[in-house]
Amino acid sequence: MSPGFQGRPRSAEPALPPGQYLTQDFPVLSAGPTPKVPLDTWEFVITTETGAEYRWSWDELMALPQETPTVDIHCVTRWSKRDTTWQGVSLDTLLDGVDTGAHYVQAHSYGGYTTNLPLDDLRGGRAWVAHTFEGAPLPAEHGGPARLLVPHLYFWKSAKWVRGIRLTPTDEPGFWETAGYHDYGDPWREQRYQGD
Amino acid sequence: MTDMSYLDGNMLDGPLRELFAVDLSTASGRCENCGMLGPMAGLRVYSHAPGLVGRCPNCSGVMLRLVRSPDRAWLDLRGSTYLQVPMPLDQPHPGPL
Amino acid sequence: MTAPLRWRVARLVERRVETPSAHTLVLEVPDWPGHVPGQHVDLRLTAEDGYQAARSYSVAGPVVDGTGGPRIEVTVQRVPDGEVSPYLIDTYAEGDPVEVRGPVGGWFVWRPEETAPVLLVGGGSGVVPLMAMIRARRAAGNRAPFRLLYSVRTPDDVIYADELRRRARDDFGLDVAYVYTRQTPPGWRGEPHRIGLADVNSHGWPPDLEPLCYVCGPTGFVETVADLLVGLGHQSRRVKTERFGPTG
Repeated sequence: MSPGFQGRPRSAEPALPPGQYLTQDFPVLSAGPTPKVPLDTWEFVITTETGAEYRWSWDELMALPQETPTVDIHCVTRWSKRDTTWQGVSLDTLLDGVDTGAHYVQAHSYGGYTTNLPLDDLRGGRAWVAHTFEGAPLPAEHGGPARLLVPHLYFWKSAKWVRGIRLTPTDEPGFWETAGYHDYGDPWREQRYQGD
Repeated sequence: MTDMSYLDGNMLDGPLRELFAVDLSTASGRCENCGMLGPMAGLRVYSHAPGLVGRCPNCSGVMLRLVRSPDRAWLDLRGSTYLQVPMPLDQPHPGPL
Repeated sequence: MTAPLRWRVARLVERRVETPSAHTLVLEVPDWPGHVPGQHVDLRLTAEDGYQAARSYSVAGPVVDGTGGPRIEVTVQRVPDGEVSPYLIDTYAEGDPVEVRGPVGGWFVWRPEETAPVLLVGGGSGVVPLMAMIRARRAAGNRAPFRLLYSVRTPDDVIYADELRRRARDDFGLDVAYVYTRQTPPGWRGEPHRIGLADVNSHGWPPDLEPLCYVCGPTGFVETVADLLVGLGHQSRRVKTERFGPTG
């Protein structure tokens, strides 16, 4: 024991998932160099299990109905941040009219990052392609031009620099999920690692 | 802005020595993506992340991923085709099989 | 050198204030296996509820024999809003335990058998492993020519200031030069500036002497200096780097 050592305040607030502490700032986590994605070549692609593709350019994304969710976010490295406000396009809007029988998606990013989620978790007003944070364009270090925002799961599922989602019949583990992290990642059930 | 958020492969030594008895930071690794052979100590390590990510300094391909939970560790080396580990000459070795 | 790592319980036996934000901690570590200059150790703290936090620190000098066992020194730079360094600087008291694991790192090391000229380039607290090399050189009676180029913000930020002054005078073959980035000492020739080609050129070694170069500091600093050295013609495998990031 280290006499007098407390570490970062670990909140016992009932409204935080277990093992999380509150932070006021917005830590930057990255597993690699920050990709620079010019808006005139940016695109978002949904690829179905049959290979059909649905594409949006930046201008086309901005022309879709926009939403401004205010949500709490929870990082698996144990920080949580309250009441963050974003602007983006709901995945319900993007998936509307996409013909698929798949149950899972693998999101993929500029720079090569991937993460897997059940398709149902992208539906029902719970997931967005977000391009604006607190009223300003999303900074590149936080995933701009656009990132996935799925705040009910640990934040590594909210892929930065998102480029598209691939619809898959089976759950295909992504960048962290193949290296020990949980395939679903529910912070309220503390699903950090495989088997949790 | 240039990206300066990485560290050297030197820092992998402590975490890897939890798993292995040899000091892998003095080993060389070959990048699966670009073929470059170089010291693991020369990898660019991104540590502000859910795990440690070691990238090739030449092509930035991912050569190593290390995730540590309280009771388990995962080491993913699929981006490295081999590790070349210096061995002391005075140890008997089996020769080619 | 090739045993699995384990945590040892060390105790603080002495604290030296190097600068307002950097303290040297002398730790008594039972069964310390020894280390090579440039290696580091992990220190681990444990809170009352079991929460743990660990950080890496360079060992600052050779092992010293103490009454209760071997002693090692680490120099800790305060990281504002850090979790571990403020505790080690403000709260951690003589006699208190801390867990130590190491030594680790077999790459960024200088062995006292080496005879090649050495260039050490340190930014801020990046001087710590370089000081370990300077101290080990003298302790081993090694006569390899050493040059230290040390970049700091202001004269008050110089870690080991008195000892460096003394060694630059007494350690045969050791040269020490400074670059100040924010504020120079009174009477200093030149303006505050970030380290550049002219500094590395005039205080380093020509590449044809094939010196060993050790560069330690924040990532941007190390990147700049390593690029300059390779640009001057030094072989990249003789330029060893240690970058550190802002975890505290």
